[in-house]
Amino acid sequence: MYKILTKKILNPTVTMMEIEAPFVAAKAQAGQFIILRVDEEGERIPLTIAGYDRAAGSVKIIFQIVGASTALLGAKEAGDYIADFAGPLGRPTKTEGLRKVAVVGGGVGCAIALPVAQKLFEQGCTVHSVIGFRNRDLVILEDEFAAASEKLVLMTDDGSAGRQGLVTQALRELIESGEEYDEVIAIGPLVMMKFVVAVTKEFGIKTTVSMNPVMIDGTGMCGGCRLTVGGKVKFACVDGPDFDGFEVDFDEAMERASIYSDFEHHRYEDTCNLLNKEGAQ
Amino acid sequence: MADMSLKKHEMPTQDPKLRAHNFSEVATGYTEELALAEAARCLGCKNMPCVKGCPVKIHIPAFIEKVREGDFEGAYEIISQASSLPAVCGRVCPQETQCESLCIRGIKGEPVGIGRLERFVADWHNEHSDKAPVKPQSNGHKVAIVGSGPAGLTCAGDLARLGYEVTVFEALHLAGGVLVYGIPEFRLPKAIVKKEVDTLKALGVKVETNMIIGKTLTVDELFDMGFESVFIGSGAGLPRFMGIEGESLKGVYSANEFLTRNNLMKAYKDSSSTPILHAQKVAVVGGGNVAMDAARTALRLGAEKVYIVYRRSLDELPARREEVEHAMEEGVEFKLLNNPVKILGYRNEADRRDPKNGTVIGMECVKMELGEPDESGRRSPVEIKDSNFVLDVDSVIISIGTSPNPLIKDTTEGLEVNRRGGIVVEEDTGLTSREGVFAGGDAVTGAATVILAMGAGKTAARAIDEYISSK
Repeated sequence: MYKILTKKILNPTVTMMEIEAPFVAAKAQAGQFIILRVDEEGERIPLTIAGYDRAAGSVKIIFQIVGASTALLGAKEAGDYIADFAGPLGRPTKTEGLRKVAVVGGGVGCAIALPVAQKLFEQGCTVHSVIGFRNRDLVILEDEFAAASEKLVLMTDDGSAGRQGLVTQALRELIESGEEYDEVIAIGPLVMMKFVVAVTKEFGIKTTVSMNPVMIDGTGMCGGCRLTVGGKVKFACVDGPDFDGFEVDFDEAMERASIYSDFEHHRYEDTCNLLNKEGAQ
Repeated sequence: MADMSLKKHEMPTQDPKLRAHNFSEVATGYTEELALAEAARCLGCKNMPCVKGCPVKIHIPAFIEKVREGDFEGAYEIISQASSLPAVCGRVCPQETQCESLCIRGIKGEPVGIGRLERFVADWHNEHSDKAPVKPQSNGHKVAIVGSGPAGLTCAGDLARLGYEVTVFEALHLAGGVLVYGIPEFRLPKAIVKKEVDTLKALGVKVETNMIIGKTLTVDELFDMGFESVFIGSGAGLPRFMGIEGESLKGVYSANEFLTRNNLMKAYKDSSSTPILHAQKVAVVGGGNVAMDAARTALRLGAEKVYIVYRRSLDELPARREEVEHAMEEGVEFKLLNNPVKILGYRNEADRRDPKNGTVIGMECVKMELGEPDESGRRSPVEIKDSNFVLDVDSVIISIGTSPNPLIKDTTEGLEVNRRGGIVVEEDTGLTSREGVFAGGDAVTGAATVILAMGAGKTAARAIDEYISSK
């Protein structure tokens, strides 16, 4: 059992928790992920590490309530326990030798982009961050990004915070204004990463993306997380989750991500009903 | 005088029509009467040929003698001296190519049903005996075991009996390895695996789940923590794919994923939070035991048609005969001498958001014939030109083997692996190229059987004991 040390609601659908997991905390690095199960009947869900405190032995996760399992997790409070918490899995994001990087985050993907931005910033790299959300209510981690970036551009789809528009627009403007990046690191919805890559390809700027496909064991056994990268089968759990964005087949990944959408939708509704009933009692 | 009937006593099984739709165990096991009768067929040979065929060297005639006397607990004690997992082995060992293949009774007629008797004895013990195993006096030496599959559990059990303080590190949330994620409930009920693990815990074995060696901790860190020796039994690894078009379509699974969803995550139950596609027509590519497990699981999930697609003929099919027969009885169709060329997907060009886009609608195969024997002596399959056809399926499960997991190799300096990525060991001891590090099971051999892994775990336990004792 793993204890939830703190819980903070970042916006109506996104929650942050610190979990007591000293072995994971001791090894965690930006870009890696963990697998957790909320309870003994729970599914294994992969979540990218949003931060860690080695001294306190805790690991920070930030998740969006998108389905049954995340709804159950979101219903837990500080002091509660979850059944399993394993990691750190996957390879850390490569940051060595980078001197100027644009970090692009979309939605809850910003939670994963932040530790990457922080790591780059701490090693003396010039960081420009472009973060995007649907609207003002969904904005998370703005101050944290500001503290880890020389330049921060906040974009919202409806213009209710920052500038109106998509992250790709802001990124293109930065590049066209003469900013020369060694690399662009993009973390967010698949469709966002696909279009970030479309922009950077035009300018020939190396782009790393973080993939979060369907996964079960997360240790290189089941093969559920396979992606086509450069025409070859790659496993996000052991070969990734970071990949060269120019090589990733995003259309295929988007299609595969929808395999269980019907099941997940029903399970989510059932869980919400259950949680509402419990709440009413 | 032994019972000289030529045939083994049949083991009762569920009716194939019934069992093809449930996940309860297929074979229901000998009754006491059947066990006594089958035990009476053993000649009690002095030179014990059967034992030579047993990778863990169970004293077979002695335990059967006890069964014949009706002393089932006595029989269990004899088996458990050699085997840490008797209820598992009695079910999944390929006895027909091991102990039973060397039984004198097999020369004229069928051999003694050693596997069935072993299973009976273990089940009898689990049901009737509440005798907890006695935890031996500790010798103060610590050993770490990586992986809680058959190799790791066997190694752990043998060392614990010798007084070692053994800790097993398991990457998943549940102990058992392939016994819990791979082999289906209807062949090996998970309650039985749990019971065997609990027996080891009573012997003093500690099991730490959610510990991925190579990630959470490295082999070197295990030594730093005070473990004097490490046994690596981390299993087979990543599933292989064919490299043909359409393998990323929705509805294409590796056998590992398909079985893990069902066995470990219980996706076959309505209450499970892990989803699985309930396909109507399923092709399983491959001919091993894992392929049979996947095909029979697909049937139980409600598929109307399940095909085994295998590029050679029935004679070359590597699965156990019993599993093939069970699969056939249940209605799995064997498409032999067929090789997949391409998996076909649905594509609605008019509506790119059609949720059916990217789902499997068929698999193109080519017919094969057997050519001249290759250097392995097996006749290699050759394509018959222009014989392509489309098999009407909506799901494809690929079961063509695995390649080793890189996590431990990549993080353990000086650990030698072979061309295929398997850990290199000395055959007699399981010793790797690193001092104090031993390995066995699929991590060494690539995908093989439960009992071979157990044999390797046993060999390594003996070598680890010698290594630590001589330090």
